[in-house]
Amino acid sequence: MLELIDISFSVEEDGKVKEILKDINITIDDKKFVAITGPNGGGKSTLAKIIAGIEKPTAGKILFNGTDITDMSITDRAKLGISYAFQQPVRFKGIKVKDLIKLAAGEGVSVASACDYLSEVGLCARDYINRDVDGSLSGGELKRIEIATIIARNTELSVFDEPEAGIDLWSFKNLIKVFEKMHKQSEKSIIIISHQERILNIADEIIVVAAGQVKSRGTKDEILPEVLNGNTLEGCKYYND
Amino acid sequence: MDEIQKTLLEEIAGLHEIPAGAYNIRANGSTSSRNTTANIDIVTKDDKQGIDIIIKPGTKKESVHIPVILSESGITEMVYNDFHIGDDCDVTIIAGCGIHNGGERKSQHDGIHTFYIGKNAKVKYVEKHYGRGEGTGEKIMNPTTIVNIEENGHLEMETVQIKGVDSTDRITKAYLAEGASVVVNEKLMTHGNQYAKTTFEVEMNGEGSSANIISRAVAKDDSHQIFLAKIQGNNKCAGHSECDAIIMDNAKISAIPEITANHLEAELIHEAAIGKIAGEQLIKLMTLGLTEEEAEAQIVNGFLK
Ligand SMILES: Nc1ncnc2c1ncn2[C@@H]1O[C@H](COP(=O)(O)OP(=O)(O)OP(=O)(O)O)[C@@H](O)[C@H]1O
Ligand SMILES: [Mg+2]
Repeated sequence: MLELIDISFSVEEDGKVKEILKDINITIDDKKFVAITGPNGGGKSTLAKIIAGIEKPTAGKILFNGTDITDMSITDRAKLGISYAFQQPVRFKGIKVKDLIKLAAGEGVSVASACDYLSEVGLCARDYINRDVDGSLSGGELKRIEIATIIARNTELSVFDEPEAGIDLWSFKNLIKVFEKMHKQSEKSIIIISHQERILNIADEIIVVAAGQVKSRGTKDEILPEVLNGNTLEGCKYYND
Repeated sequence: MDEIQKTLLEEIAGLHEIPAGAYNIRANGSTSSRNTTANIDIVTKDDKQGIDIIIKPGTKKESVHIPVILSESGITEMVYNDFHIGDDCDVTIIAGCGIHNGGERKSQHDGIHTFYIGKNAKVKYVEKHYGRGEGTGEKIMNPTTIVNIEENGHLEMETVQIKGVDSTDRITKAYLAEGASVVVNEKLMTHGNQYAKTTFEVEMNGEGSSANIISRAVAKDDSHQIFLAKIQGNNKCAGHSECDAIIMDNAKISAIPEITANHLEAELIHEAAIGKIAGEQLIKLMTLGLTEEEAEAQIVNGFLK
């Protein structure tokens, strides 16, 4: 179980304090599939980074299975069972797809199962396993490899940051199946940050984050109409005009 | 051959035992063993230190190992090795130098390797430089490689210095005739107080010649690296040099590329980039459970692989 308690995050910009997250309270129960959505710049990725330990909250507490992990390093959180698939995956010179999956799954992983992870995300393993995770991969390929590494880690909590971005329509259908399978088969919790109705549709719960705050949360029947009507943008003058 | 010498040999030439084919192993200042084949002859020079390696025209799929090891502290040597590679050959040459310095005095190996590569010949040349030893004595290597390639000849050179060499001044020069080509891949890492200077000078004299010099370097701790690449196009030709370096700690790196076109159809490109390890790369690997140090090691090893 993950608990975010009164989480705030601010940065200093040109001598002024900029509040990015304000008093966020979220609980993610075990085995739950939660989707986070909301307008661009609303603070979703920042929230994911705070869960993974990449950013430290300026106020508030994070509990993972009852343990306070607020001051815990990225590495220790990863070891404890938190995974984060980046919105913009990182490229490396000289690190191969195979290496990255090995690092994610643990040394013992066989080439066969490394290939299975790639097949899950619709990549032909033979063509990709020995490629460098560098600028030679397309955006969509890189994104899929990022997702494969998180599947390979198979941790208690996985956070996917806009996994659909850059993925073609056909593969997107299969990707949804991957998440559904993960959800059904495992005892793990999944958080997916997404703008896609099809992903929001398969979640147990949807949380809307806008302007750094939790705007609303509930089942898809409660939240989807609101999201699709654009009510989350009510505070924005530009959209109202 | 003792254990220290065996480990050095394995490090620099990947040799666990006596190699197949022609070889000349030089240990502590003199030849310790040698083998020649029907097509590859190795002859000791009589006017100075070194050997002549003579490969008959048309020799294919053969290899020559010529490792040098210094395991006694305090040796300084200057060696001249000349490679005469006949027309139409297709051969692999594995050189390299390993120094184990267990004492206080400096150990130094300077070598000048000159290649005469015949028409249409293909040569792969691999050299590794490696130093180790618990002593305080410096481990110094100054390799010079001079390459003359005749019409349509080709050289692929792989040069690696990953560890333990305190000071090095590496010079590689290539002169290319019509249709000749050279590809160099350099991997360099310095640490501690090490100093490495590496210079490439390529003259593309023949029509249709080409050169591609790629250097990847990592400088750690207080080490200092200088990379110089001078490429000259004197005919219709294509030249490219690239220095990609990771800087860490208090290290210093300079990259000084120079390209000169003396012909309208010379196409020359140089690229040089120096930067520290990207923070997001470290973070990504840490989210997979690696510590910062482990992440750094992965990134550096991958970069130099
Ligand atoms: N370190 C930082 N310094 C300054 N501003 C930041 C920093 N990190 C995030 N922001 C700002 O905080 C806001 C939230 O960013 P975040 O990336 O979390 O949004 P998001 O909800 O993930 O948006 P998107 O849907 O576009 O991915 C943005 O306005 C962003 O510019
Ligand atoms: Mg985002």
